[in-house]
Amino acid sequence: MSIDTTTAAKVAKLARIRVEDEDLPALAQDFNAILGFIEQLGELDVDDVEPMTSVTPMRLPRREDVVTDGGQQARILANAPDAREGFFAVPKVVE
Amino acid sequence: MTDLNALTIAEARDALRKGEVTSVELTEACLKAIEGADALGAVVHKTPEIARERAAAADARIKAGGAPSMCGIPVGIKDLFCTQGVASQAGSKILEGFRPEYESTVSAQLRDAGAVMLGKLNMDEFAMGSSNETSVYGNAVNPWRAEGSEAALTPGGSSGGSAAAVAADLCLGATGTDTGGSIRQPAAFTGTVGLKPTYGRCSRWGIVAFASSLDQAGPMTRTVRDAAIMGTAMMGHDRKDSTSADLPVPDFEAMLTGDIRGKVIGIPREYRMDGMPAEIETLWTQGAEMLKAAGAELRDITLPHTKYALPTYYVIAPAEASSNLARYDGVRYGYRATLKQGDGVTEMYEKTRAEGFGDEVKRRVMIGTYVLSAGFYDAYYNRARKVRALIKRDFETVFADGIDAILTPATPSAAFELGQEHVDPVEMYLNDVFTVTVNLAGLPGIAMPTGLDARGLPLGLQLIGRPWEEGELLNTAYALEQAAGFVAKPAKWW
Repeated sequence: MSIDTTTAAKVAKLARIRVEDEDLPALAQDFNAILGFIEQLGELDVDDVEPMTSVTPMRLPRREDVVTDGGQQARILANAPDAREGFFAVPKVVE
Repeated sequence: MTDLNALTIAEARDALRKGEVTSVELTEACLKAIEGADALGAVVHKTPEIARERAAAADARIKAGGAPSMCGIPVGIKDLFCTQGVASQAGSKILEGFRPEYESTVSAQLRDAGAVMLGKLNMDEFAMGSSNETSVYGNAVNPWRAEGSEAALTPGGSSGGSAAAVAADLCLGATGTDTGGSIRQPAAFTGTVGLKPTYGRCSRWGIVAFASSLDQAGPMTRTVRDAAIMGTAMMGHDRKDSTSADLPVPDFEAMLTGDIRGKVIGIPREYRMDGMPAEIETLWTQGAEMLKAAGAELRDITLPHTKYALPTYYVIAPAEASSNLARYDGVRYGYRATLKQGDGVTEMYEKTRAEGFGDEVKRRVMIGTYVLSAGFYDAYYNRARKVRALIKRDFETVFADGIDAILTPATPSAAFELGQEHVDPVEMYLNDVFTVTVNLAGLPGIAMPTGLDARGLPLGLQLIGRPWEEGELLNTAYALEQAAGFVAKPAKWW
């Protein structure tokens, strides 16, 4: 299948990456090259194969449902581009 | 005596224990080598103060007795590892200014073993690349040059800075990470040894995530023995990584006997690719003969789904990357784009990510977004997970048939020139053709130099082992290393 610039723009939007209109044709072309490469997977019959969910056969470990860490507000905010009064600050979200 | 910075880890450890050298002396020799090697672009954040402090502490610990093997050994840390208070950017603009408040488990284990951190090492942005050219710092350069040429060659990627630093004697060992071949391909390009352990051996905690089901840290060193020593220090169970294996880590160095009599080495026919250079073919045959001469039995094997490994990887890795890299939104750390009056939170995300990510990272995040999007999830992502199960089954079958290790080429060529135009992104992906199956199946693999090509550039072979049997894999590699007797070093031009 072929990706057009409308689809490329939609994917960019979903990924929250701004792509200027003039860059969309090149992006669509890259997508087509990569997806063309991936198409080979269609050659295989995988109807009876279980998809891999775990690289090594192991049960995920469990632990008590208790707080093990916390109380580190200053350290958590230390790298924020904008932090005020103990919070991450962002542009207005709701009008 | 060899320059101190050119010692192997094993030699340095022995000299430290005998009191013939101090960690401070070793560290100063490395810092001096680093100062003179800016042309290699390998070290992107230098940490001489930390290095000197840790070296002095290591000397005191060695004097007191009972120090572990890595105590006092100067190492470099790939920029992908979070290091407390020290820039950790994953080679990306989007993590500009980020100074972690914590230390990755692997680098903390090295630190606690007394290893001396010299600085952070260059890499492809978010470990996405095979030439180190996607780095925000600019590319690292391979210390090797072809005979009679001054053309700059790639050290490989993504752990290109680590490979260049080890090959140029800027450090005694370095950490790398490997998602599709990012330890083994650069090792092969620089005449060094790179070990990717079994998935789950090294904790992923505190390592900037690319593709979580494929990522694995490992040592990059000048010898197999050094990989055993450094690997032992890096591996081990960690409660902070839910996929970390709760298995004891043996002393790998103690398992290096060089005796591989009776071991069965598989030679997979699918790795004989069309258009493979004759030199790689010859290297592979010679490597097999060396193992046979050391007492191993060679057996032709088949791994029928090999040709589907790269396309599978280029669904799964971008899918996981698109999810992992969603966290870079300009809110909690790193770069935030300058916004215009009236821009809302969506504009902040979109501009921050457009300006903060490089082209290859954007491409992969968007491909991942596409293959996970409604209507395509089954056709691409689920299908790739099924093919991945088949690729893993190929390996399980040959191991069940009695194969102890598999010998393959490490890369389809020697190091190539930097700055080539790549019109088709898929072309670069072919670098990982021999290494990527190992990540998909979660197996341990090691790349090591066994010869030079006609232009005097190093070429490497790869050995693939059974899960959790790094010790046996390292021992087979050790036998091959002894037989190959690779001692060439790059001539210093930098």
